[in-house]
Amino acid sequence: MRRILIVGATSAIAEQCARIWVKDSAVALTLVGRDREKIEALRVDLAVRSPHSVIHTETLDFLDPVAIAELAKRTSLDGPLDIVLIAHGNLPTQESSEQDLSIASSTLMLNGISPVLFAEAFAGLCAIADHGTLAIIGSVAGDRGRRANYVYGSAKALVAHYAAGLQHRFAETNVKVVLIKPGPTATPMTADLQQQGRRLARAEKVAAQIVKAIDTGKPVLYTPSIWQPIMFIIKHLPQRIFIKLKV
Amino acid sequence: MVRVSSWGRLNAEEHDARALTSTQDVARTLRESAPGIAYGLGRSYGDVCLNPGGTLWRTTGLDHFIAFDEITGVLVCEAGVVLRDIQRMTLPRGWSLPVTPGTQLVTVGGAIANDVHGKNHHKFGTFGDHVRSLKIVRTDGSELDCGPNLRPEYFAATVGGIGLTGFITQAEIQLRRVPGPWFETETVSFLNLDEFFALSIESDSGWEDSVSWIDCVGGGNGRGLFMRGNPVTVDAKPEPRRRSIAMPVVPPISMVNQMSLKAFNAAYFKINKHRSGKQLTHYEPFLYPLDNILDWNRMYGPHGFYQYQSVVPRENERDVTGAMLREIARSGQGSFLAVLKTFGERSPIGMLSFPRPGVTLALDFPNRGEETLKLLDRLDAIVREAGGRIYLAKDARMSIDMFESGYPRFPELQQYRDPGMSSAMSRRLLGN
Repeated sequence: MRRILIVGATSAIAEQCARIWVKDSAVALTLVGRDREKIEALRVDLAVRSPHSVIHTETLDFLDPVAIAELAKRTSLDGPLDIVLIAHGNLPTQESSEQDLSIASSTLMLNGISPVLFAEAFAGLCAIADHGTLAIIGSVAGDRGRRANYVYGSAKALVAHYAAGLQHRFAETNVKVVLIKPGPTATPMTADLQQQGRRLARAEKVAAQIVKAIDTGKPVLYTPSIWQPIMFIIKHLPQRIFIKLKV
Repeated sequence: MVRVSSWGRLNAEEHDARALTSTQDVARTLRESAPGIAYGLGRSYGDVCLNPGGTLWRTTGLDHFIAFDEITGVLVCEAGVVLRDIQRMTLPRGWSLPVTPGTQLVTVGGAIANDVHGKNHHKFGTFGDHVRSLKIVRTDGSELDCGPNLRPEYFAATVGGIGLTGFITQAEIQLRRVPGPWFETETVSFLNLDEFFALSIESDSGWEDSVSWIDCVGGGNGRGLFMRGNPVTVDAKPEPRRRSIAMPVVPPISMVNQMSLKAFNAAYFKINKHRSGKQLTHYEPFLYPLDNILDWNRMYGPHGFYQYQSVVPRENERDVTGAMLREIARSGQGSFLAVLKTFGERSPIGMLSFPRPGVTLALDFPNRGEETLKLLDRLDAIVREAGGRIYLAKDARMSIDMFESGYPRFPELQQYRDPGMSSAMSRRLLGN
């Protein structure tokens, strides 16, 4: 049975990934979340879909390095993990971060520091086992700072920078690191964008591409794939042109 | 605010659409944003799921399974679960939803609120007949359970109650044992309504599923194809690959018009007339033939379409159906999606449930404005005269008189209504 651990498992994209994994075959799954009731609803749902899977839940403070280290230690007792997916995040509006530094701070912590701490904790386990795929959800927003979401985007840029370093570290080993950069996806996190009538990618579709990228160990995944050329252009636009764009 | 349509695409008005993703948030969201109406996959055709300028609660995020007992076949799930996901999860374990409509792309909540029926109505009744209990949250934040044996009146108001008694969060459904995903099917052509009714009587006992396609323009007195099926045991036959195509754009005018319709119907009848005999068919193409054509409703062009579904009592079903078909043929309107089926004797649970003993006719009409509405009014007159009614899940335009004559139990519903539940349809037909 494959052993999979998902941090931020109740996020819409992570939940769809979990559904794909349990559908393919019975798995040993650890669901890590913040809200006990939501994570339990998710566990029950996956158990109905896959009665032969073994599913555990964990809840903890996502900003507590000691709790994160302890989680990794507990997990290691059952043997090496095959897949770790780090998927949590939140997206307050850029204006709220500008007006309230505590919102800016929590945005940076939850989208930047916290995923890195989880990744570092599980990278240690993967290194010892010389086995496993570590997948981290970044964002296209991390590719270039823009006025619409630069606080969130800079946290995601931190994740991207970290993932690149981790890939370098594991280059000569059997550990793989996958950085996922979704475009705006129809999830609860983007409710405001959806209210503005933006047509967003479906979480099921994004999840299917993530599962595939994890299977192949693709270093960087833009999903949906149209974001790869879009972000290539945005990253390479000269500054004097870029700052005039309303993106 | 976002623009939201129903399946008929007659309009796309702005709504304050709020996505629910956890049952624990439902009470708070309802209190904050009522009045409104629940919106699942938007597969009802008219205005039953719309609330222009007001709130919609999107339910598709409430899509968790809660329990499934493989011994008894009892399934508990949230109301936003899609019927397709139930079928794909339970069929490999030998269980199936007893009743599904002609598409499996509807939510459990929508199936209950519209008390949907399927090709096997004469054997299994409506969706509501298989619901054991419901959990409902009202817009004041209160919660209550109901079922056939618990607050049965409230249950009868909710099943088929077009979402007006509260927000369904969870349902307990009794599934049925099935041998697998395969059906033995047979297509038999008929040249007129007498032959249709004879086939229908003959098939009622030996066939679980039956439905007919009917040519609403050519062929005089109602020629068509009678399709029937039974689930069968087939050993180790691999399931077919799932393929789907999509209608990628909305064409500038309806692809369905008098010329294309006559040609299509004549060809479809001729091809299938000679393909008689028994076949083995997978349940998905047999029960849900249009599900593989994504966004097929776009083919009617930018003005959308009306679907008209009526049921008329047994007594003079032959004559009434003939009169309706003549009226439609004379108008030159209609579509190749025309369906005829006889319902069984079972009366449904819901106060506003649609099925009743008799024959039901369902047709699409590309929206040509006044001309189409006038035709539908003429059809209403025939249905009303015969003591029949129009399916609320399909309707966008019937008059209050037509509603009240077709649904005499509507006053009973009022005492169970949640005052914070309101839709374009409830305001049109019930006044609030």
